[in-house]
Amino acid sequence: MNRLFDKTFWGLTIGLVGLLVLNFFLEEWMRTIGLQSLSRGCVAIGLLILWRTGLVSFGHALFFGFGAYTVAMMQIIGVNDLFVLLFCGTATAGLLAFVLGFLLRQYRAIFFALLNMAFSMILYGVLAKAEWLGSTDGFGIDQVSFFGMNPADDMYRPILFVCAVLFAYISAVGAHWYLKSTLGMMTMAVRENEIRVEYLGYSAEKAIHIKYVLSGLLAGIGGVIMAVTVGHVDPDSMVYWPVSGDFVFITILSGTGNVGATFIGALVYELLRTYAFEYAPEIWQLILGGSLLLIIMFLPDGLWSIRSELRNRRELREARRDSDNRAAEVKR
Amino acid sequence: MTRVLEVHDLEKNFGGVVAAHNINVTVDIGETIGIIGANGAGKTTFVNMVTGYLKPSGGRIEFMGKSVVGLPPRDVTKLGLCRSFQVPQVFLSESVFDNMLVAYGIAERSGLGLFAPLHTDERAARVDAQLKRYQIDDYREVAASALPQGVRKLLDIAMATVRSPKLVMLDEPTSGISVEEKFGLMDIIMQALREEERRLCSLNTIWKLWNALWIASGHSTRARSFATRRPPRP
Repeated sequence: MNRLFDKTFWGLTIGLVGLLVLNFFLEEWMRTIGLQSLSRGCVAIGLLILWRTGLVSFGHALFFGFGAYTVAMMQIIGVNDLFVLLFCGTATAGLLAFVLGFLLRQYRAIFFALLNMAFSMILYGVLAKAEWLGSTDGFGIDQVSFFGMNPADDMYRPILFVCAVLFAYISAVGAHWYLKSTLGMMTMAVRENEIRVEYLGYSAEKAIHIKYVLSGLLAGIGGVIMAVTVGHVDPDSMVYWPVSGDFVFITILSGTGNVGATFIGALVYELLRTYAFEYAPEIWQLILGGSLLLIIMFLPDGLWSIRSELRNRRELREARRDSDNRAAEVKR
Repeated sequence: MTRVLEVHDLEKNFGGVVAAHNINVTVDIGETIGIIGANGAGKTTFVNMVTGYLKPSGGRIEFMGKSVVGLPPRDVTKLGLCRSFQVPQVFLSESVFDNMLVAYGIAERSGLGLFAPLHTDERAARVDAQLKRYQIDDYREVAASALPQGVRKLLDIAMATVRSPKLVMLDEPTSGISVEEKFGLMDIIMQALREEERRLCSLNTIWKLWNALWIASGHSTRARSFATRRPPRP
């Protein structure tokens, strides 16, 4: 089955091994940036799936925050194992996406985008107002255990990083294989022509619903990783609408060509934000906005398209050289 | 003789506008029926109602002895009643090959099988056979948006018939095609459908015509005309 173990699969695997090796040499602040990139990258994969279906969500912080808050709630009732937390956070986010999906699958374009945002703002409102949900202060997240083991303090972050890399790897490979399946190719089919999909014998709304649940699950994974990484959840940093905007930013930055690109996009975004904030605290939003503008103007298909752009140029150069050679030969 | 399709007293009103009225059509196994009628006589409306795209205002539609009124297009399709479109409904950004691949994938899989890889060698072989049958294999790698109109029509019909249908309804298969190409195109379509029919032993074809030309050309075994019905003057 070479079609499953293709270039993207091996690329992701090399990325996995590379990150695991790099883990030994990373400074703590780099590891935090890495963890946040992995978290946002997972959410961006979900948006990529929707994007390929022709749908944009301005509200995926809803599922992101739902996953993160599930971690906080589980810790309050005494569950503290990362793997249990991950399972529960992903499951609750997926369940929420499943329920909301029945409504959202009926909408397209701007209505879909903003209805998502509306739901995320409802959750924001509830979280910010309800005292037993932490209100605007949120909750602190304690150190988690790994299969019941509590590593020494200096080993905690590296082990957390290994787990996050594995989760992200599994999500990315899963999403990549999904996109190559019949159901995954329906992203394109639904985007291009819903009538034809119906007349081929499948419900376009059902296809959208499945994609929506998948994107919810992926956002849930991202939320769990983020909550454990930052050690704190609050409505402003997890559910507020600019958080959703970040995910859309990353998706535009990385392009929808490849699931691996979302992590590169997430990392670039994270670095951009960190350094812009560090060196230009007055105008860091301006720098982010400016880079978004540049991407849309010069790389409308995202960072991933640099690759195909370079290949195209090389081929063009070779073709020109060949034709020049031929012309020279004719002259001779 | 086995009845494939029986349509009785079918009618459709859009508000006060009568789009179709008193339509009675029967199709038996082995028949190829041409439907003619002036603009607005309700030919496309008829196809849309039978395939579940429009809900009729009244009347009965029975396909293989089972009422299909109220079923959505995907369920009608699954029963073996397929259609093509006057304006081809294809996936414009994708290549001809990928269009067919997705069509076969959706038609052949259901439930968890939909998570299996789309591109397998066996399926690719079926796609290539179908492209050859409709004589569009030269355009295999061309994006559907860049296809000549005739090829796009053939692709549309090729995609409509991936489910081995029992009845095919072609909605104006040659509209938008130049007069010189029309006959060749119709021959390709009918030849491909006959081939399919031999394989399935039970394919029927209805097609809707833009004028009476095809009756003379001998592709149909029977013709049926729809009359325009104007609303009574006040």
